[in-house]
Amino acid sequence: MKALLMLENGSCFEGTGFGCEKDTLCEVVFNSAMCGYTELLTDPSYAGQGVVMTYPLIGNYGICYDDAESSRPWLSAYIVHRVSDVASNFRADTDLNTFLKNNSVSGIENIDTRALTKVLRESGTMKGMIAYGDSVDKEKMIEKIKAYRLKSLVPQVSCREPRVYGDGPVKVSLIDYGVKNNIIRSLVSRGCTVKRFPHSAALEDVMAFDPDGIMLTNGPGDPKECVKEIAELKRIYEHGIPTFAICLGHQLMALAHGFDTYKLKYGHRGINHPVKRMSTGRVYITSQNHGFVVDEKTIDPSVADVSFKSMNDGSIEGLTYKNRKTFSVQFHPEAAPGPHDTAFLFDRFMSLMGGERL
Amino acid sequence: MKRKDIKKVIIIGSGPIIIGQAAEFDYAGTQACRALREEGVEVILINSNPATIMTDRQIADKVYIEPLTTETIKKVILKENPDSILPTLGGQNALNLAVELEESGFLKEHNVEMIGTNADTIRKAEDRELFKETMQKIGEPVAPSEIAEDIEGCIKAANRIGYPVVIRPAYTLGGSGGGFANNEEELVEIAKVGLNRSRVHQVLVERSIAGWKEIEYEVMRDHKGNCITVCNMENIDPVGVHTGDSIVVAPCQTLADKELQMLRTSALNIIQELKIEGGCNVQFALNPNSFEYAVIEVNPRVSRSSALASKATGYPIAKVASKIALGYTLDEIPNAITKKTYACFEPTMDYCVVKIPRWPFDKFIHARRILGTQMKATGEVMGIAPNFEAALMKAIRCLEQNTYSLLDDTLKDLSDEELDKRLHVVDDRRLWVVAESLRRGVTKEKIHGITKIDIWFLQKFQDIIEMEKKIAVGPMDEELLRKAKEYEFLDKTISKLSGISVSDLRAMQKEWNIRPVYKMVDTCAAEFDAATPYYYSRYGVQNESSPESGRKKVLVIGSGPIRIGQGIEFDFCSVHSVWALKEYGFETIIVNNNPETVSTDFDVADKLYFEPLTEEDILHIVELEKPDGAVVQFGGQTAIKLAKDIENMGVPLLGSTSDSIDAAEDRERFDEILNQCRIPRAAGRTVFTCDEAIAAAHELGYPVLVRPSYVLGGQGMQIAYSDQDIIDQIGIINRVVQEHPILVDKYIMGTEVEVDAVCDGTDTMIPGIMQHIERAGIHSGDSISVYPPISVDSRMQSLIVEYTRSLAKALKVVGLLNVQYIVKDEKVYVIEANPRSSRTVPYISKVTGIPIVPLAVGTFFGKTLPEMGYHYGLQKERPLVAVKMPVFSFEKLYGQDVSLGPEMKSTGEVLGVAKTYDEALIKAFYGAGVHKIEKGNVIITVKDSDKEEMLPIAEGLYDLGWTIYSTAGTSEFLNGHDIPTIRLHKIGAGKPDILDQILSGKINLVINTPSKSVAHHRDGYKIRRNAVEAGIPCLTSLDTANAFLRCARHVETTQLSVVDITKVSSFLNFI
Repeated sequence: MKALLMLENGSCFEGTGFGCEKDTLCEVVFNSAMCGYTELLTDPSYAGQGVVMTYPLIGNYGICYDDAESSRPWLSAYIVHRVSDVASNFRADTDLNTFLKNNSVSGIENIDTRALTKVLRESGTMKGMIAYGDSVDKEKMIEKIKAYRLKSLVPQVSCREPRVYGDGPVKVSLIDYGVKNNIIRSLVSRGCTVKRFPHSAALEDVMAFDPDGIMLTNGPGDPKECVKEIAELKRIYEHGIPTFAICLGHQLMALAHGFDTYKLKYGHRGINHPVKRMSTGRVYITSQNHGFVVDEKTIDPSVADVSFKSMNDGSIEGLTYKNRKTFSVQFHPEAAPGPHDTAFLFDRFMSLMGGERL
Repeated sequence: MKRKDIKKVIIIGSGPIIIGQAAEFDYAGTQACRALREEGVEVILINSNPATIMTDRQIADKVYIEPLTTETIKKVILKENPDSILPTLGGQNALNLAVELEESGFLKEHNVEMIGTNADTIRKAEDRELFKETMQKIGEPVAPSEIAEDIEGCIKAANRIGYPVVIRPAYTLGGSGGGFANNEEELVEIAKVGLNRSRVHQVLVERSIAGWKEIEYEVMRDHKGNCITVCNMENIDPVGVHTGDSIVVAPCQTLADKELQMLRTSALNIIQELKIEGGCNVQFALNPNSFEYAVIEVNPRVSRSSALASKATGYPIAKVASKIALGYTLDEIPNAITKKTYACFEPTMDYCVVKIPRWPFDKFIHARRILGTQMKATGEVMGIAPNFEAALMKAIRCLEQNTYSLLDDTLKDLSDEELDKRLHVVDDRRLWVVAESLRRGVTKEKIHGITKIDIWFLQKFQDIIEMEKKIAVGPMDEELLRKAKEYEFLDKTISKLSGISVSDLRAMQKEWNIRPVYKMVDTCAAEFDAATPYYYSRYGVQNESSPESGRKKVLVIGSGPIRIGQGIEFDFCSVHSVWALKEYGFETIIVNNNPETVSTDFDVADKLYFEPLTEEDILHIVELEKPDGAVVQFGGQTAIKLAKDIENMGVPLLGSTSDSIDAAEDRERFDEILNQCRIPRAAGRTVFTCDEAIAAAHELGYPVLVRPSYVLGGQGMQIAYSDQDIIDQIGIINRVVQEHPILVDKYIMGTEVEVDAVCDGTDTMIPGIMQHIERAGIHSGDSISVYPPISVDSRMQSLIVEYTRSLAKALKVVGLLNVQYIVKDEKVYVIEANPRSSRTVPYISKVTGIPIVPLAVGTFFGKTLPEMGYHYGLQKERPLVAVKMPVFSFEKLYGQDVSLGPEMKSTGEVLGVAKTYDEALIKAFYGAGVHKIEKGNVIITVKDSDKEEMLPIAEGLYDLGWTIYSTAGTSEFLNGHDIPTIRLHKIGAGKPDILDQILSGKINLVINTPSKSVAHHRDGYKIRRNAVEAGIPCLTSLDTANAFLRCARHVETTQLSVVDITKVSSFLNFI
């Protein structure tokens, strides 16, 4: 079916529908990874977004359920140049088109995704809409786009009930703001028993598991919306238990300390992002997916040190707190998709829980 | 931070272009020299290859065009006192030489540090056993293997590992001497050659992992341990075909993130363990049905793959590697493309690229086309597009092999059974055989079962074939035409399939607004604003290449893939023309498709279009850019072929027009010009059929030269002695549909002479005259060429100058002219004239110090030669002698006869420069890899008619202490003239026979002239083949043998000096 993608600023891109062909509103962002679309589709941090792939050929190796980062796709729309009509990999369970169709994700292909990416780069992340059919009412579309609001995404993607993973000797309470499975896998494989709590968990809830450490996860949306969660993190920090925070968790911990966050023009989404570790000067290639970032100017140096910075734009990629038990990163050491260069941070968390100090 | 103690660096180049070592090292080396010099480091360059850009005086501070031997490098080190040596830019050759120098203690003794990657690292990566140990230490899997040093050891190893096994000789390039063995018999055969070929007489017997996916990673690391991967690549041909002979796609298409990250992590672990400082290539085999993988090999240096990765992503690997060698870290080196980010990131692509090798089988019709672990391609092309189908289709037409899609008419006539048989053969035509099979309904699954090519690729081929069918069935509407163009079907292919004329198709595209736009290669998939002027075409919505520049624009047509007859020389000329045009204030736009070259580096021209070189591709660029002029005379035959098309597009050619080209190519027009100028030429006829050719031959009298017109490198040229020769020859020529007639000329056996000249429209300047050592009949590209001439007297030289000047005038040449002459009996005959650059332009520019290409560019704009500082006529001879010697790659091409003739066979060349002819000649022989000169064991077997002429050569060698081996005929003849010989059995006439002797390793030289008699020819062929496969120099012309004798006589008494070519004007002061 014919399909049209319209952005908030009126730019239009004609293409062809795939997946579930239902009209969809979303926030349009681009990702520059050349592989790892299964992980990306199932990453809860993309909730509410329409993701543009800058790499033109998507779906080549099909969908392997083993690679899923959560139970289902969370993004609203998938925008690509070309969807593969074969799924060629020994592990492929299904193909991309079927997967999106079965999971009610709208898709549009045959888009000049490079031209689209340049619009997003120049004008910043924008809201947009995909409409299907031969005659679409552009006037109405723009109205709908303008009226569209993305909010309270974390409650949508977080688990409802606690759940336990693994049976290792080290106990971790994980607060799920939209966790990627590989965070859990990374802990379990290092000998942890992980108890996953919903986003609204209070200090008392997570401490009732008698954990050695707290894991704060990634998740979607504007961190400042998570008012209650932020308040709870203040209490957790004060408790003094070893804590490792990733992505949204990192932003929330910063907000809990009175630091500010702001929205990047077009975010960091890809698996080729260099970050510099301030203590050693070493650079690592990381997987990233964030639209917001902690504002360096608002960081109180008596509370936290900057531990990682982006090599591309100098923005904050990690913080180490002065209690020497809490550290956080903006990027994704769990990778999936992307490089495993910073997986050592999980080892660091393990030693922290073993009694070492940062 | 940059190290302050590195001030003077020696860079070793890769030497002559041979199979497995082509232009990529000129690209890497040139980039490295520039990167070092912009840091204020003095660069001393050593390379024996005069056709390279890196050996220009603009590129390095001091340039030694000298044989690449440890002796030479030692001399240069003693003379120049460098503090460092950078060995990772000149391929395997440079690496081996550097390790030898290090092992001998010489570097340490003279305080020269190996920078970039040290000798320990090189050994760990290159020595099979050390490599295996290192991999085991860090837990990286390698295929089970054992080292063997003799045949017995190989057999035992194979029995333990289990067949099939693959044999890999240690320290060779291009997998030279390796192969697969399914049983003991095959093993013995391959191991013999492999052991011989290895520098350390060592081979690896390894479990065959044929059929696994072959994946490559290009990795960078700095001394702090920062590591990144630049690019990953997937070979469409699974393990079993050398990666240089594989069709390769970047990035990987059929691997999920889990597999890719697994291999990426492995590659990083390896480079960390090896402590490489710079670039490195890691090749993996991946089991397509599991996560099992094996590291195949690691190249701790820039390579063909790194050149491809650089061009595929825009990331300048050689430049960054050089900066790392100086002590910089990746986070200190700016990204040259975005200028905002750093080299410490991983490029991401928003298109895909397909590389296809360019094989020489169109010239070497008798060579075995089977592909295996031994690389056979001479060059490669790359297609860039947003989808695989389009990238593949673009790459196919870049090959310039009269094939523009997956359609190959020659396969149509095969029966299904024959086709099925072909499907089991892995050769250069496999892509088309697979396509034809799909076309006939063979299932993807079946083809996958046979070829192990991934289903995804087969589906893409199928998509292209479906498109062929749709085009053929029609009706042609907007959607279909748009799709066909998105798949990069050329208008002429669509026309052939649909019956709609090209002009109608073009009108439709205009009406429906179907046209390509140009997108930028920017390393970052548009995430950051970039200003790199590096573009490729695609059918899409947004054009990124702005034609507005406010300056006058010139389009420079490049020379496409490296092939025999059209090598790196034409890239040299193209690049120099770009630089010269820039000096004249023009915006330069280059179009080329060879990822190995300097011309496709994004900072050479103002704009680079990485595109195929067909009329249609050029037309699209012309429509956008509307250039003020175009230059075709530097891009070899590839560019010349486009001359008329470009004029028809309304773009004037700068310099000679297509009419000049036509006047030189068209037999009748050229004859008329020669008559006017009173220049003699061999009598000849223009014919179209075989019967006409035979009639012409009878009229002229045998022997005659038979060749197609409009070719370069003497393609399809042969000397015919009989009617049968003509019948054979015409058959070969007509394998490709001929648009142009066939030429039959009387063959004159004289001294061949060649000149390059620059004409400003009024008169002509000749930088120098080159004389060929081999008599006429051997292609000029395969002859040893000497500047200045050694035996052409001044009267003949004046005649040559006079003829060249009048020819240039008559042909209305503006710019370059190359003319070949034969001197015989006090007469000078013209063989051919070409109003374009030639193979000898780089060499003659370098040895005379005359900037031929910039002068030619000057003439385009009305500058006269005297205005530019050169008088008309022949320039003063330089007080030096330069000997250019051809280099062949016969050992890589099983089955190809090595004897020389009018069709060019060499892949590259070396230069010997010295103050005397003898010294220059000795250097050239050394440079060409002939090391045993003073005395040794020689096999001499020549045809009867050559025996008399051979006598003094044999006598000379014998007097110098050479031991002569020969078979009955030659032996008797020599013994009869009191020259003792050791008699050998003819092939198969008793043990040991001549072949056993060749393979014994005792023989240092073979002199064999090919005979016309069938039986002799077959034996001679076997002797020559076995000689080259055993790595023994094989001389097939008595002129070459004479030159060799001359060297042997003088080698003991000749002191070899090293010459800095940048000081050539005051040459004598420097030796």
